[in-house]
Amino acid sequence: MEPFELICPAGNPAALRAAVDAGADAVYLGFRDETNARNFPGLNFSREDVAEAVAYAHARKVQVFVAINTYPQAGNLAPWQRAVDDAARLKADAVILADVGLLDYAARRHPDLRLHLSVQASAANVEAIRLYRDAFGVRRVVLPRVLTVPDIARLNAEIDIETEVFVFGGLCPMAEGRCSLSSYATGLSPNKQGVCSPASHVRYEPRGGDLASRLGGFTINIFGEGEQAGYPTLCKGRFVSHDTPAYLFEEPTSLNAMELLPELKAAGVRALKIEGRQRGKAYIATVVAAYRRALDAFAKGQAVPKLDLDAMVEGGTQTTGAYKRAWR
Amino acid sequence: MKPRLTLGPVLFNWPADRWRDFYFRMADEAPVDTVVVGEIVCFKRVPFFADAMDDVLTRLTSAGKEVWLASPILVGSERERAAMRDLVRCDILPMEANDMGALALLEGRRHAVGPFINSYNEATLAWLAARGAMSVSLPAELPAASVAVLAKAAADLGLDVEVQVFGRAPLAISARCYHARAHGLHKDGCQFVCGNDADGMPVRTLDGQPFLTVNGTQTMSHGYLGLAAEMGRLMEMGVGRFRLSPQNMDMVAVATAFRAVLDGDRDGAEVAAELSRTAPAPLENGFFHNMAGASYGAELGTDA
Repeated sequence: MEPFELICPAGNPAALRAAVDAGADAVYLGFRDETNARNFPGLNFSREDVAEAVAYAHARKVQVFVAINTYPQAGNLAPWQRAVDDAARLKADAVILADVGLLDYAARRHPDLRLHLSVQASAANVEAIRLYRDAFGVRRVVLPRVLTVPDIARLNAEIDIETEVFVFGGLCPMAEGRCSLSSYATGLSPNKQGVCSPASHVRYEPRGGDLASRLGGFTINIFGEGEQAGYPTLCKGRFVSHDTPAYLFEEPTSLNAMELLPELKAAGVRALKIEGRQRGKAYIATVVAAYRRALDAFAKGQAVPKLDLDAMVEGGTQTTGAYKRAWR
Repeated sequence: MKPRLTLGPVLFNWPADRWRDFYFRMADEAPVDTVVVGEIVCFKRVPFFADAMDDVLTRLTSAGKEVWLASPILVGSERERAAMRDLVRCDILPMEANDMGALALLEGRRHAVGPFINSYNEATLAWLAARGAMSVSLPAELPAASVAVLAKAAADLGLDVEVQVFGRAPLAISARCYHARAHGLHKDGCQFVCGNDADGMPVRTLDGQPFLTVNGTQTMSHGYLGLAAEMGRLMEMGVGRFRLSPQNMDMVAVATAFRAVLDGDRDGAEVAAELSRTAPAPLENGFFHNMAGASYGAELGTDA
């Protein structure tokens, strides 16, 4: 049986080297602009950076995927098309795309370029995935985080392209690529600008002994004295319905599906993805190394070592998210 | 072609008799051209409307409305997938696809593309047109500059683009039911608590500021999209269809007002002012004006 491929994030060249050195099978990254879904200040790669990243990774038999997974702006397709052209020219092993217009461009212009379907396309069923395969020759789909493991198993039984799933890191409770919450509060969205709950619109307001975290014109959370204040990602906020304040959408928590490795293997999953291109190289090195050890043990049929990643997760808590039905 | 009014599907879990009566009244009294029918938010609600469906479709068709059947927004589980396939296969009326899976099954058939398929640019529009789309409803978060480009491209491609001009903006969809979660329940044992909120469940910030609306697995805006004042500009751009999304208020009055604006009988700004008074929630137009979607202002359209 083929071992899982481990797909790791890199937000800058140092993180890329950390991921490669810690045992990634592939690293995914984005150009330094609005063409990718982690368009954060100080993050991402110039064309020269990508050339060096590809050289470093390929010398160590590690692949590089370029995420071009926002939705090109009407009347301004050139930056996205150029990103695809440059990824091909720089010998990326695959591009990760979401928009059908851009997929169509990539398939026509670069027939040899391997296409992966981004989680931002939210392809959650057999018919949708077959359409992307038939229309554009997509070879792998990154599944949206709305499916249970049994859903994934049934899906894999009926499709003939590879699936990749998220196993660790930040967790969108909403179907990815189908969420305008951020632009509702700030005007800036994952689909258009590649940002969610952007730092440019975040403020922390002391209120007596409390601290309010604000996004645009809205309070996302209020932390009491001694409570650790978190970043105001909109869907991880505390809101009030029926007079009850609660984490209505999702607690500040991180995905960790390590306990599900046997189930994911049985479900036919080809690749496991770690979220976190916005993370520093120390985080990347720790998480990638932990998953490398776990996958190596799993591949040899050994017990998966108990790995302490508590320090690496948001709010210090972990969830298996939508993979288990009770999450719904 | 003369611009047309579309009544989008009822997104809330209304009692079946109310749902039926709503469509009967729309058939008889609302000056809309097209009515989109179907439960697209939650698969579990579908059986409630099944008995009334035939009567509703017959009544609307007899009244001269163009009727489209809408496919679900999120199709993940095997049961959802089977239901989607059955719906598309029945082929009694044109379909509005809200997921790429439904779009796949509609190849070769005349169809509309709903607002839940991401259509952000002219390359996507061209690809959809080549597959037989007759109309494409744009995502609510698109600003005026993008709408203008897409309306122009649509004219060249021979299809309509549609913009939602009234009703809560759909903002997100999830596998998780937030209505159930807010009541301490899971989706599997939800007790259909979404049926308690005919206009969705209000969500406030911890400061008490109205913010969002939960409708089962869907999250929507608190305010209603209100682009009445922008109608003139949208028509100049060449937008061919205008969508009204049903809310818990007199939708015949809403449709009548928008029809009057389309026909040049009423001023859009005056209708916007009237709707600001009569709608149960404030109007919003920030997305169109390239600002936070929740904002309202810039009716004169001097920004974007």
